[in-house]
Amino acid sequence: MTVLPTPYRIALTALGVILLGLLPLVVHNNYWLSILVFVAIYTILAVGLNLLMGYAGQISLGHAAFFGIGAYSSAILTTQWHWSPWLALVCGLLLTALVALLIGIPCLRLRGHYLAMATLGFGWIVFIVMKQWSAVTQGTSGIESIPKLAIGTLVFDSDIRHYYLVWGIAILVLVISANLVNSRIGRALRAVHGSEMAAAALGVDIARSKIQVFVLSAVYAALAGSLYAHVVNFINPTTFGFHISVSLVVMVVIGGMASIWGAPLGAASITLLIEWLRNLPFKDIDVIAHGLILILVMIFMPGGVVCGLQDIIQRVLRRKIRRATAPARLPAPEGGMQ
Amino acid sequence: MTITEQRNTGETLLQVRGARRVFDGLVAVNDVSFTISTGQIKALIGPNGAGKTTLLNMISGVIPPSDGQILLHGQPIHGLAPHRIAARGIARTFQHVELFAGMTAMENVMVGRHLRSRAGLLSAALRLPGMWREEEQIRSDAARYLEMVGLNTLADEPAKDLPFGQQRLLEIARALATEPTLLLLDEAASGLSTREKKALVELIFAIRDTGVTIFIIDHDMDLVMSISDEVVVLDHGEKIAEGSPGDVQRNELVIAAYLGEEPVHA
Repeated sequence: MTVLPTPYRIALTALGVILLGLLPLVVHNNYWLSILVFVAIYTILAVGLNLLMGYAGQISLGHAAFFGIGAYSSAILTTQWHWSPWLALVCGLLLTALVALLIGIPCLRLRGHYLAMATLGFGWIVFIVMKQWSAVTQGTSGIESIPKLAIGTLVFDSDIRHYYLVWGIAILVLVISANLVNSRIGRALRAVHGSEMAAAALGVDIARSKIQVFVLSAVYAALAGSLYAHVVNFINPTTFGFHISVSLVVMVVIGGMASIWGAPLGAASITLLIEWLRNLPFKDIDVIAHGLILILVMIFMPGGVVCGLQDIIQRVLRRKIRRATAPARLPAPEGGMQ
Repeated sequence: MTITEQRNTGETLLQVRGARRVFDGLVAVNDVSFTISTGQIKALIGPNGAGKTTLLNMISGVIPPSDGQILLHGQPIHGLAPHRIAARGIARTFQHVELFAGMTAMENVMVGRHLRSRAGLLSAALRLPGMWREEEQIRSDAARYLEMVGLNTLADEPAKDLPFGQQRLLEIARALATEPTLLLLDEAASGLSTREKKALVELIFAIRDTGVTIFIIDHDMDLVMSISDEVVVLDHGEKIAEGSPGDVQRNELVIAAYLGEEPVHA
């Protein structure tokens, strides 16, 4: 993967932000606007999971649980305890950080994919709690009438306002993540991913690095959850089940591991795909699609779709140049390759 | 880089006392003791499987000793995690190059500045002004270490694209970036061409002259004998000789250990 020089990166970021800002001028349809809001929410989730998967080399198969904890904290604190939505949001983030710390410390001190297994189990537990602890979570019927977010008198109560709010936060999260990756902390993480032995020999505390990024990615997920609750104003457990955790992993893989800016792309493609499949008359076809995409991307574009397309274009160009400049084919050396 | 520090020369820097390591009942290193003095170039040699890398791994904390002590400046370091030992001033390279493949040469060395910088999660995420300045400092420091090993023109190349010889040099630059007092070189010359080995010898002397003590493992007898102040010889996990290169080469146990392997050049 090529790294663009900083001025180009800043220019591209600015261009992306401007395009996103102008998009609602073209997209008037509320249905499409709301889809774009979901893309932003999934972008926040995907970028967090990408930090964990792409940079720390760990997989979480239960990220929907953190998404859910954020959403339910906001919902419960605002509807039952009548807290201010912003305060509830912050509390949700803190609670999630604490939970992630408790899961991360034992799992990430060990080598190997213990985190994947632990988060898989954790995801199911949280899902069951959401469904069964009706006294607090209202069970499968879910929590309704979650208040809107507001800044002063500006209430985020329409699709267009949701769009600017959530995308604003998503861009902030993207910028923060990009900063982090290109910092001492991010380098240490990438080093751990590259060679744990060498990173440790340079003084990087491996367990600490991994726990930090796991907690951060869980907090991102909780942030997305809170926003979801306030945007949709209704939540129930199905939004936070195992299939969402899998969707998130697929988003990261499509966007490209270790690529911050691939996250919105992965989020957009999967959100649109699921939306499209929903209209087809087959049940659970999205699960099959996820599996297929995962397999195809891993085989043909292990660096993600962006890098994969870049590679293919480069290869085609190179072949054309070679064909144009290469002399007649040389005879194979005797004995062939060693 | 540290200014030449000659004042401590000759003091004991590292003591290995009765170090022993057993893997599943198999004794890899048995009761090995020696010391490394500040400012010297000390070598560890021995036939394949003598336990050289195991010993180095014990010093750098990759594996704890089953028994025995390792002291740095008189303080015990055996059993500490590798990152803590690195923080105490021991840096190392690896027999099988362990570069961060996805990162550039420059970024590899910048990771070496980890211990010498402090930006945390929050200041990194928010790009606080202090972090910005520190980042510039890390970059210019890393550039100096790259220059020291002669890789400054390849700073932005992905580490994995460098030829093997330069990958070895990059590992040395990365280790030096931690500003170690003791540098452990594990087979630094293996796989290098004659010309590259010559350059490596020059580099090792240059590093020694900045005040860094060097402990080198190598197979290349000529190289080891020409640069070392003292040599430790391991065979089947036990120390069979220690002394000046001349003494070691005349030692009958050493000659016997190397018979049938590779001849000791006079």
